Amino acid sequence: MEEILEILEKNSRYTVEQIAVMTGKSAEDVQKAIEKYEEDEVIVGYTTLVNWDKTGKESVVAMIEVKLTPQRGEGFDKVAERIYKFPEVKACYLMSGSYDLTVIIEGKTIKEVALFVAEKLAPLESVLSTATHFVLKKYKDKGTIFENNSQDKREAIFI
Amino acid sequence: MKPEKMILQKILDIPPSGIRKYFDLLNEMKDVISLGVGEPDFNTPWNVSEAGIYSLEKGHTHYSSNSGMLKLRETISHYMKRKYGLEYEAKSQVLVTVGGSEGIDLALRTLVGPGDEVIIPEPSFVAYQGCTKLTGATPVIIKLRAEDQFKLTPEQLEKALSPRTKVVIIPYPNNPTGAVMNSDELSAIVKILKDKDLVVISDEIYAELTYEGKHVSIAGFEGMKDKTIVINGFSKAFAMTGWRLGYVCGHASFIKAMNKIHQYAIMCAPTTAQHAAIEALTNGDAAVDEMVREYNRRRRVLVDGFRKMGLDCFEPLGAFYVFPSIQKTGLSSEEFCEKLLLTEKVLVVPGTAFGEVGEGFVRVSYASSMKNIMEALKRIKRFISVIT
Ligand SMILES: Cc1ncc(COP(=O)(O)O)c(C=O)c1O
Repeated sequence: MEEILEILEKNSRYTVEQIAVMTGKSAEDVQKAIEKYEEDEVIVGYTTLVNWDKTGKESVVAMIEVKLTPQRGEGFDKVAERIYKFPEVKACYLMSGSYDLTVIIEGKTIKEVALFVAEKLAPLESVLSTATHFVLKKYKDKGTIFENNSQDKREAIFI
Repeated sequence: MKPEKMILQKILDIPPSGIRKYFDLLNEMKDVISLGVGEPDFNTPWNVSEAGIYSLEKGHTHYSSNSGMLKLRETISHYMKRKYGLEYEAKSQVLVTVGGSEGIDLALRTLVGPGDEVIIPEPSFVAYQGCTKLTGATPVIIKLRAEDQFKLTPEQLEKALSPRTKVVIIPYPNNPTGAVMNSDELSAIVKILKDKDLVVISDEIYAELTYEGKHVSIAGFEGMKDKTIVINGFSKAFAMTGWRLGYVCGHASFIKAMNKIHQYAIMCAPTTAQHAAIEALTNGDAAVDEMVREYNRRRRVLVDGFRKMGLDCFEPLGAFYVFPSIQKTGLSSEEFCEKLLLTEKVLVVPGTAFGEVGEGFVRVSYASSMKNIMEALKRIKRFISVIT
């Protein structure tokens, strides 16, 4: 049944009927499986991958390395929660290696992001230090290559 | 000197390709969805391409040994054992070629000439008949039937055999029908061939692209290994058509003989491609698996689509083609393809391009994105509803 997830992850707009044909299962079975995935929060949402660079919308994305002191009894989870609950935070990962959290922030301007870091993130008690890296260009996101010329370039050949 | 007078008659006799005109039309039209191509739409897996690039950076820009880099032949030998349970000695029983195409040509040129007969089940890849004719041997065509799911039956084979039969071509998984033959079906064929003085050329280039159960090689049956030349290659399974690399495996005497032609005509297969191929065989399984699963989905969507339009479409279990019958439309295969291209801008190939017996069918390739396939089905449906 995991194949359903793979298909939806590539394109969540396929209908239940289309997925049923692709996987050789009945539409009811696919419908039930998807409902179960949603219920169990295996599927947590359906989104659209937007190349914002092609729109007029001003936005900047930054990847912030955060070093933390773990809290007694709760490790990093509580601090992480305080951080990821901000709507500006698009992603938040606990890392192995030389720093602890990767926090991905989206804002309208560099200033907005810088302010968020200075006012919200850095002052948190358990945050030891932050290093902010701004994204200059997105080549590939969520497995999809942007500006990918998807035209069929194969030449006509006999057989 | 009149150039055309200098050309051998048997070359002049080769008919112009049946689908050339569609390709010419294709080049003039815009927004055509081509389901006419016989090559993967995927690019070569990046780790494989990267291995080729790295070999260039390291300066591996020279000839390899005639029969191919030993390391590659050893890797092929392991691969054949691992995948199909076939044992070939790297040094004497494997030859690296310029695609499966060269393998087919070498095998036929090594084995047959005027007076010999080559049994070719059709519809099939065009090179079998073409290369046979170039040797001066006589192609004996078996007309495969849709009701047998385009499998070769023992009765048909029995009938086609004659004292002059020197080679039988076993073309499965098949281009253009997508048919495969399972172990039981092959075993019935083996019974007939086992004790005859003839050679089997088994074209297994689509072996990795099967969708129910694993590919079975006829060479694996008792008594068959020494009389079978297995053709395989990297084009289809690893999406490496442009690298031009394949291989043949067989009895040391056959390989030695084929290498004699190969060394004069080709010297050796491209070295960069050989480096990439080692990576493909050793670290390519996951990428192949992902492509196969995507092909499988597209295959189901196409079969379902054609059946819902009311066309008979047997379920192909290999390669990346479906071969629906278009008899219900009342059009010939060629008419169907030409009209479909002109009115709905979808290119499929008439079954007749793969032998007369392909009349009434079209070959639809699913080596194209799901998006294209779904759009093409919509257009074909509209086309059929207008003409019927
Ligand atoms: C059945 C079959 N055999 C062999 C080939 C030759 O492939 P290549 O020369 O690229 O290995 C093809 C290509 O279309 C094919 O369809």
